[in-house]
Amino acid sequence: MPAVAETLETVQAASDGGYKWGFETDIAMEFAPKGLNEDIVRFISAKKNEPEWLLEWRLKAYRLWLTMEEPDWAAVNYPKIDYQDAYYYAAPTTKAAPKSLDEVDPELLRTYEKLGIPVREQERLQGIAVDMVFDSVSVATTFKERLHKEGIIFCSISEAVQEHPELVKQYLGSVVPPGDNYFACLNSAVFTDGSFVYIPKGVRCPMELSTYFRINAKSTGQFERTLIVADAGSHVSYLEGCTAPMRDENQMHAAVVELVLMDDATIKYSTVQNWYPGDAEGKGGIYNFVTKRAACRGARSKVSWTQVETGSAITWKYPSCMLLGDDSVGEFYSVAITNNHQQADTGTKMWHVGKNTKSTIVSKGISAGRGQNTYRGLVKISPKATGARNFTQCDSLLIGDQCGAHTVPYIENRCVSAKVEHEATTSRIAEDQLFYCRSRGLSQEEAVGLIVNGFCREVLKELPMEFAVEAQKLLAISLEGSVG
Amino acid sequence: MLRIEGLTAEIDGKQILKGINLEVPTGEVHAIMGPNGSGKSTLSYVLSGREGYEITGGSATFNGVDILAMEPEERAAAGLFLAFQYPVELPGVGNANFLRTALNSIRKAKGEPEVDAMAFLKMARAKLKTLQMSDDMLKRNVNVGFSGGEKKRNEVLQMALLEPSLAILDETDSGLDIDALKIVSEGVNAMRGPNFSALVITHYQRLLDYITPDRVHVLMGGRIVKSGGPELALELEAEGYAKVAA
Ligand SMILES: Nc1ncnc2c1ncn2[C@@H]1O[C@H](COP(=O)(O)OP(=O)(O)O)[C@@H](O)[C@H]1O
Ligand SMILES: [Mg+2]
Repeated sequence: MPAVAETLETVQAASDGGYKWGFETDIAMEFAPKGLNEDIVRFISAKKNEPEWLLEWRLKAYRLWLTMEEPDWAAVNYPKIDYQDAYYYAAPTTKAAPKSLDEVDPELLRTYEKLGIPVREQERLQGIAVDMVFDSVSVATTFKERLHKEGIIFCSISEAVQEHPELVKQYLGSVVPPGDNYFACLNSAVFTDGSFVYIPKGVRCPMELSTYFRINAKSTGQFERTLIVADAGSHVSYLEGCTAPMRDENQMHAAVVELVLMDDATIKYSTVQNWYPGDAEGKGGIYNFVTKRAACRGARSKVSWTQVETGSAITWKYPSCMLLGDDSVGEFYSVAITNNHQQADTGTKMWHVGKNTKSTIVSKGISAGRGQNTYRGLVKISPKATGARNFTQCDSLLIGDQCGAHTVPYIENRCVSAKVEHEATTSRIAEDQLFYCRSRGLSQEEAVGLIVNGFCREVLKELPMEFAVEAQKLLAISLEGSVG
Repeated sequence: MLRIEGLTAEIDGKQILKGINLEVPTGEVHAIMGPNGSGKSTLSYVLSGREGYEITGGSATFNGVDILAMEPEERAAAGLFLAFQYPVELPGVGNANFLRTALNSIRKAKGEPEVDAMAFLKMARAKLKTLQMSDDMLKRNVNVGFSGGEKKRNEVLQMALLEPSLAILDETDSGLDIDALKIVSEGVNAMRGPNFSALVITHYQRLLDYITPDRVHVLMGGRIVKSGGPELALELEAEGYAKVAA
């Protein structure tokens, strides 16, 4: 924690307010030709030296995508995306894949250090292993050896395709099939990198695993794919973070994350999403279209999604749980902040199939400036899910009078013995709360930060310690200039 | 020295303060007494910088500095503290975190080093002990689920930690039983000294049995209508505001 926090503070101090991760790394890059067609799909697959089956899988997805329509049901507005006007592959030019951290381009490592990511294994942060994804490729993964001793596989998905093709083939697309939705389908065709995790039977992962996504190149989309398989009785906590340079253009990020859980397995998946949100006038920023889903296949398996969404111009994201195994548990804890012109349409789907399955949804939406924040959730209980239970709590906090908060909860209960509870509140930061804090010496911004952090407490306490501290600061920074 | 001259203020177009004149020399404790609705809380809010009040005339200076031009947090950094008549709840915000953030904000503004979590805990525990409050107080969310008496004690705890040079206590005694009243009074008395002054707003003479004021002022209809020594409080108690002010 100290290393991360300190570096973060240094970066913050060095920059002049606003988005503090907006620098660009100057490094030689290799691009695919601009645009999207079958040759681009082949180019990506060839770059990664993929087996024939994977190329076929991509091409099938691409052809399917051509027949699909971009969804328009979310409460977000943006100009039509020109999918031909972007690069689908951008990677730093390196001779060969680096075998160890020493071989990684120091300029790349410096980028991550500047972002506060612990890149050196000997650093104080012994508790976190990191996979660093830079535009379209993973540039380094730490602690691979140490984890290997436990039988844990933690590497980039590109490497997994080479080294563990049987696992990838078995699980890729098994939770989010290519045809699931428009953006997932696009991702299936052109995904470039991401992380792969396999935790063997009965193993408790001895450290936090994390992936840090960085978009650096101009006019480039990032399409990452993450796959985590937790075998019976295993346990893992995984974190992801993301940032991008400040640019006037909108850049697209369309990720797919698939989690598979066997009997008694537990996955705790935490996200701090801090993509560039665009400027105060709404210019630039990342379009974040993400499909995340967990399949709790085993009995008593448990998945917990925790997300802190502060960045992106547009967020379209619904981390979901398919509760298939009896007594399986799904949790979704979310904080979403929209300031200035940001728009977020986020929530979850809890799909109860197994008996006595349980789900908990806690969503905290904060809108400031002209931000629009929608919680969209579905709790679906199938006829066989006897004894299923869901508890949903959606709280919205408004700062100022030009923003909006919306709650769209769908419940489809087809089982009489199931219990579904829903609570929702909308409030504003009260003037007396602000004054009380300020009369104690806190600045207006510190006061807002404190009150907002209090509002989000139930979610923030679900984050691993290392992330909680950063997330708290991030909340305060994201709301800078929202009251005045 | 707090000096208020001809201060007039209104809220929503309604004049509440109608020309307040008051001087509290450094090192002194003054009491303000007055019936409900006379403008006591309004005066405390105007002095600490709450929004919504329009100052239509007069001035207020603290050690020669115009405080009315400052932001509330700047006044806090300058040594001003208001113990609220109705302390505000902050859901999800831990009391320890709140107090340390406040303390460090003020220290930062004064150019003093910040205190870390461990050092703060030590300071806070010592103060809690003198106020006969349990350490639990630090773990709970700011004023959430506190009884009336606990809220008032929490205000005094904040004052003890922030060590202001001018404290305004707005009916801190209301709703306290006699034991709590003694503890709160001891908290205030412990701060008395040549560099501390206080404006103690109260309804009841009984508080002044424990905190002996240097001066007592009677506020009625937005004006100080009478000032005197501690005996004035007894007079008010015996005869009522109307008679004393007449
Ligand atoms: N927001 C407001 N709008 C109009 N009148 C107000 C407002 N707040 C307080 N007042 C009035 O100002 C007067 C003084 O109130 P206050 O300062 O709270 O008195 P005290 O603390 O002495 O009981 C009262 O008549 C009260 O009704
Ligand atoms: Mg009052």
